This record gives sequence, structure tokens and C-alpha cells, in this order.
Amino acid sequence: MGSSGVARLQGLFAVYKPPGLKWLHLRETVELQLLKGLNAGKPRAPEQRVRFLLGPVEGSEEKKLTLTATSVPTLTTHRLMRGPAFTSLKIGVGHRLDVQASGVLVLGVGHGCRLLTYMYHAHLTKDYTVRGLLGKATDDFCEDGRLVEKTIYGHVTREKLDRILAVIQGSHQKALVTYSNLDLKSQEAYEMAVQGTIRPMNKSPMLITGIRCLYFAPPEFLIEVQCMHETQQQLRKLVHEIGLELKTTAVCMQVRRTRDGLFTLDDALLRTQWNLHSIQDAIQTAAPRVAAELERNLRRQEYIADQTAKTQVREREGTHRTQQSHKTDSLNRGPKTKKDQAEKCRRGD
Amino acid sequence: MALIAQQIPRWFHTIKLSSFIKAAQLIKHSVWPGKILLNGVSAQALLPSDNCFLQWGFKTFRTSSSWTSSQSAKSSRQESSSPTQSSLLPSMSEQSEKIPSFHSELPLEELDDLPSVSPLQQISEEEAIQIIAHPPLPPASFTLGDYVDHSETLQKLVHLGVDLSKIEKHPDAANLLLRLDFEKDIKQILLFLKDLGLEDNQLGTFLTKNYAIFSEDLENLKIRVAYLQSKNFSKANITQMVSNAPFLLNFSVERLDNRLGFFQQELELSVKKTRDLVVRLPRLLTGSLEPVKENLKVYRLELGFKRNEIQHMITRIPKMLTANKKKLTETFDYVHNVMSIPHHVIVKFPQVFNTRLFKVKERHLFLTYLGRAQYDPAKPNYISLDKLVSIPDEVFCKEIAKASVKDFEKFLKTL
Repeated sequence: MGSSGVARLQGLFAVYKPPGLKWLHLRETVELQLLKGLNAGKPRAPEQRVRFLLGPVEGSEEKKLTLTATSVPTLTTHRLMRGPAFTSLKIGVGHRLDVQASGVLVLGVGHGCRLLTYMYHAHLTKDYTVRGLLGKATDDFCEDGRLVEKTIYGHVTREKLDRILAVIQGSHQKALVTYSNLDLKSQEAYEMAVQGTIRPMNKSPMLITGIRCLYFAPPEFLIEVQCMHETQQQLRKLVHEIGLELKTTAVCMQVRRTRDGLFTLDDALLRTQWNLHSIQDAIQTAAPRVAAELERNLRRQEYIADQTAKTQVREREGTHRTQQSHKTDSLNRGPKTKKDQAEKCRRGD
Repeated sequence: MALIAQQIPRWFHTIKLSSFIKAAQLIKHSVWPGKILLNGVSAQALLPSDNCFLQWGFKTFRTSSSWTSSQSAKSSRQESSSPTQSSLLPSMSEQSEKIPSFHSELPLEELDDLPSVSPLQQISEEEAIQIIAHPPLPPASFTLGDYVDHSETLQKLVHLGVDLSKIEKHPDAANLLLRLDFEKDIKQILLFLKDLGLEDNQLGTFLTKNYAIFSEDLENLKIRVAYLQSKNFSKANITQMVSNAPFLLNFSVERLDNRLGFFQQELELSVKKTRDLVVRLPRLLTGSLEPVKENLKVYRLELGFKRNEIQHMITRIPKMLTANKKKLTETFDYVHNVMSIPHHVIVKFPQVFNTRLFKVKERHLFLTYLGRAQYDPAKPNYISLDKLVSIPDEVFCKEIAKASVKDFEKFLKTL
């Protein structure tokens, strides 16, 4: 049971982190529960060891001794001598959540920890629901922080809020394109923009790909944010800034992640389900989707890497040619085709 | 450390220094049936005493160094393998009986005159078979697994259910167990424990926790049990106390008396109630008293309970005395300030202090969402605190919240 149990325990799964629990404590709790499940397997049969023992030869009258191989039971491999079979597990945490935030948290077990790195480099977006409260401002943008200011909010309407959110989305859209290092004039970049898959594939500040208001009943409001490369504190600051834009103040009451890459709320396991069987089932269910997503992203990254490699080769050839035919330099005044132009821009010329 | 000091005088008396040195010299200049001598040495070490401490080496310098190193705490633990082998080798034991006389006849000086045997000398087939060349037991080890197949004591302990993998983490304890003999020392204590009322299946967990009981005097243990009986603890009570707090009988009568006195004074309860309290939570007697004193202060000063309220709560839930102070204050803060439950209602249901805070929070928020959070006994649809915390999820959802478990789970994912 133990060995097959651990064999089925390799991959990614998502848990629902409740508010007020540190992500590290959560990871340790999950590890303890998994170890409990793995060590609870049925005990092994008592093992035997072969010893060469002196004994009388069978079928002889005289007292002759000979060595015979006999199986003698041994206690060195007994569970009470060796201790539990599993003492630690490799569990990794994906995009972390801070103490007051709640929501989907992706964990990886065993070989799944490698997949965590791939998921990180895939730079997928995350969904949050952020609850805000108008009329207060605190020092750490949370409801229970030290109060800094109180304001009226009677003038705030849904239209004003929607307008502000649209402005935010627009400015972040521009930033998305800038940080993705693509020239929009090329054909491939245009196709990606049409599908809406332009996003930076390397480090960038927090970028919001989508933001809208779900519920507005002053003083409370609920917004849904789709973003990447964010921290929860930046989302709380966003609520504060929305308040300032609305000419009032706002604090954040709740930050809750509803989707992390391809893991949604339905895939997240609640505290009562943090045991071996549920986690094994969750890993098995998520495995094909994770493989498909990584395959897609790998192809996309390979394509980008391929393009950059080709531009580097062309660059080297270009310098070689210019060295040879410097007289005809005036004729080589820039890229000839659209493709060359795109690669030139991607190089950062 | 005291354990080792007690052990050393015992084997000083039984295993004499001179006989060891003789044995060592003999092994060095041995005649070719050195194998018989080796087993003879082991048998001789067994015969006078059953303390299993053995030299196992073919060179003098190794034997003498391992003997001196034995005086340190993490010393060599060597076992004789003869118990298992001697039953299979009746011929060997006969020859070994002759050896003690052989030893005593030869004075030290004449040992040098023995002819030395060359290892390339021809020997007969029977003699060749009788050479037993087991790999030697390691003189020192970090695990008892190396010695378990050669020690009856350890094997019997494993069959009882004692978790030796936990005991080997304490080298003093492991040394002690290796040197004890089952028949002489361990059996008496086990019979005593069985007389107390411990079941066979409980002995394993008891001994895993309290292996130090083997170094206690049987007389002292009996005196302590007699003391507890004199304080009107029934036999069943004593069994329950000993199984829940294994270290209880390691405490001297004086100390037990002091502890019982402390609880009677501090809590100001009647003798019968103190007795019940201690029977329910015997680790009050074996644990430290500082957390108890601090918790009592917390209840009185910080949380604001009156003396009789604290007494009532403690008789219902003794675990409150040893609870974590931070968790206690957090739970009380939530229950009193957020759920707005006054002191006199909390006193009736002290189980809230025994549950995890997240459970209380989740259930309260669910009831608030459904509009059923009514904790005032005077009003209708009243939900008592014990029903809030002490029942499992399915029963809670069905009867108290009147919703399905799936709804509860969906709600939890919105927190």
C-alpha cells in the first residue's frame, strides 16, 4: 500500500486556503496528513533471513555435523525497530497567498514540484474577487488597520465606478503590450492580440488583464480582477486607489483567489478533504489538464525562443555581409520584409 | 546518567577484571580450537551473571580499549549471541563447561609458553565446519536493530509492542534495555504493571513512553501505589491514571503529595472533586505547574470569570487548565466580542475552549449567513454553544443549520 500510495502521489493539486492561516502552516498540515495516510498501510509480513547453521546430517548414524542454509525469522525490519516507513514528503507551494487572503492555492507533491516551476514560467493569469468598503482609509489598506481618514461616499454611483475600472483596464492593457516585447505590426503579434493572449513572459510589475464590478451597494462593493505578477497587498492598494479616484476613500475587506492558472474553485480541496485519498484523486483528475496546458505553453515558448534564435543568426550574417560589401551599404538601408521588421523590433533595436 | 552509575557497580561485582584480561591473553595466544575458546568465553561471561556485556575482539588492544570506553555514557553495547546458538549446539556447551577450570589453572606467566598456531596449518573437515565466523556485532551503534536478533530481551519487548525505534533515540535508555535481563528485572516490573490492571495491549505504549520504570525499585513503586490507595483512589482509578500518565509512578510520594495539595489549595475544590479531576486528567500531576498557575490568572483577571465560574468550568473540562494561553484568549475574544455571548452563557458551555477556533468561526459565519445565529436562551430558535461546537459536520448541517453539507462547503469557499 505504501509504495503504490506514494506512486499515485506525484503531481499538482489545489487546496482552498482559509483566511487567517499562514501558507507555510497549511503546507505542513497537508504534509502531516499525507504522511499519516501513507504510514497507515497494513504492516508487512515478518521477514526472514538466511543463516548457515550447524546441524546433524540427516540419514547418518554417526554424530556428524554439517552446515545447512535455514530461514530464520528476523526482527531488524520490524516496524517497531525501523520506525514509520515515510518520514517526509517533498511538497512545494505555487503562487503564495498571504495570511488574510484566501482562495485557491496550488501545491505540488513529489515530481509535481518540477511542474510548479513550469507553471510559474507559463505566466498564466489569476482571478480574484476583491471586496471593498467605502468611507474609510487605513494605513495597511485593510479593514482592521489603524484608521487614517473617514470620508463621505454619497456621491459615488455605479457608473462612476465602472468608468474608473475601464480606465484602469485600458492603461494596464497598454502596459501588457509594452512588457511583452512584441511589435504589434507583425502578423504573429496581430494574431495573438486578436485572440487576446498577449502577455509578458518574463518579470514585470503587476498587470491587470481584466477588471469589472460585480456588485455595488454602497458602502460595499465587489470587483473581480484578472491579473498576473501580483501580490495581495498590491490588490488592496488598488482598492485604496479606486477610492481615491472616486474622490472618497476605500479599504479592502476581502481578497479571495478564485482561479490560479487552470485550477478553479471547484478543484480546490477544503480542510476536511486534506487526506491521502482525496488528494490522490485530485491529482489524477488534474493531471491531463496540466499536461495539455504546459504543452501549449511549451510550444509558445519554443516558438518565441526559435524566433529570437533566428534573429540572432540573421544579425550575425548581416554584419558579415556589411563587412564584405560596405560600398553597397546605402542600399541595405533597413529590413526588407515585414518579418525582418518584427524580428528587428523584438531584438530591441 | 544516574542509570549508568547504577549499572556499573553491578557488573563490577559479577564480571571480574582479572578473568577478562586472562581471556584476552588467551585469545591472543590461542591454540587452534580458538573458536571453542571464544564461545567458552562468551559462555563464561553468561554463567556467573546475566548482565550481557561482552568483549568481542581478537586483539588485546581492542578488547582493553572497548572495556575502558564502556564507562562512558555512549559506550559499546555488546551482546552475546549464545542464547540462540547454544540451544542448537549441545556439543559446544559441554566443551565450554570445561573452560572455567582451564582458565583458573593457567597462571598468567604460563600463557606465554603455549605454542602459537599458524593459520596455514591443515585441519580436518569437522573442525573446519565448526568454525563459526559470524560477522561480529558492532561494538557501538546508533540503532538497536543491530542487536535485536541476538538479544532475547529486545525480541520479547518487540513482541509486547514497545516501539524501539523511539527508544533508540535516547542512548541512555537503549543502553539500559540492552543490559537488562528479561527474566530477572523486566518480568517483575511487567507483572507489577499487570497487577495494577494494565492490559497486555496497553503495555507496549506505556513502556515506549516510560522506559525509565525499569530502573525504578519495585518496592518504591509499591509504596507509591499504596499511598494513592490511602488517598481513596480506587483500583480502577489508579489503572486509568497510570495508563493515561505513564510517568505517574516515577514520582516520589512526597512529590505526588505536593501536587495533590497544590490542586486542592488553588482550585479550592472538595476532596472528592479534586480526586475526580485528577483521575480524568492525570497529566496534571506529572506536568509542569507553571502553565496551570498562569491559566488560572488569565481566567480570573483577563477574561473576567468569577471563582465559582472557574471551578464549574474546570470540573466539566479539566483540559482548560493546560490549554494554550494565546488560543484561549483568541477563542474567548471571538466568542464574547464577535458572537456577543455573555459570561454566564459561556460558563454553561465550556466546551468552546476545547475546540479549534476556525471551527467556531466557520459555523458561526454560516449561521449568520442563514440568519439562524441566535445564542440568547430567552429568545426563540436558540442555538446552544455545545450544539454549535461539539457535533460533527453532517449532524450540524442537518439539524442546526437545516442545510445540506454541500451548501456548507460552497459557503466555506466564499470565506
